[in-house]
Amino acid sequence: MNKEQIIENLKTIVQPYSEETSALAHIDENTDFINDLKINSANLVDIILDIEEKFNIEIDNDSMAKMLNVKATTEIIAAKLEARAGQ
Amino acid sequence: MTTNEILAQLPYGKSFLFVDELLQIDENGAVGTFTYDKGLSFYESHFKNHPVTPAVILTETMAQIGLVCLGIYLLKDIDQDVSIAMTSNAIDFLKPVYPGEKVTVTSEKIYFRFNKLSCKVKMENTAGEVVCKGNISGMLISKNNG
Repeated sequence: MNKEQIIENLKTIVQPYSEETSALAHIDENTDFINDLKINSANLVDIILDIEEKFNIEIDNDSMAKMLNVKATTEIIAAKLEARAGQ
Repeated sequence: MTTNEILAQLPYGKSFLFVDELLQIDENGAVGTFTYDKGLSFYESHFKNHPVTPAVILTETMAQIGLVCLGIYLLKDIDQDVSIAMTSNAIDFLKPVYPGEKVTVTSEKIYFRFNKLSCKVKMENTAGEVVCKGNISGMLISKNNG
């Protein structure tokens, strides 16, 4: 799965948790979950759990702490997918 | 951690405490009871001449026993100075609860990850009938970090 595909999947996951329609429509690498999409910490946890399920990966506490924007989240997902493929 | 130690850590004042006893607590859930005293102030107005326990109070009771008591227990080894904020709930209300009734709340942990606790909760009356049930979630926040 390439970066664009990961971002496409992320869009679908994030959508139900944000009311910011304009920011949602323009999601890209620079989108920040808290500042742009106004997602609170409780819903951020739900997003991480949805990511785990969708990509079949496990997110640890350290990774979770970094997953505050699309760029960092995409990189972490890509790294986890790669690590799994290498096993 | 004993059930009395958990009750002692609850942050509620007398007029908004909806836990009498904590019967059982472990990593996976909690069971507790509360009796709605006939003199509780909201019965005077909910409703006029027809007192029924408000749904928000039933929800609060399930949250205090099922979510907050369990949250305090789960964090017993980590951080004693913690507060818990309810972040979402979805509850079905099946039967009314009248003044003087005693209820038993049972909660089962669905998950506890990244400081978010999500529980399946149900409340039963003394006849063993389910009066309300659903899911409640909250974030456990360390007071030291705001």
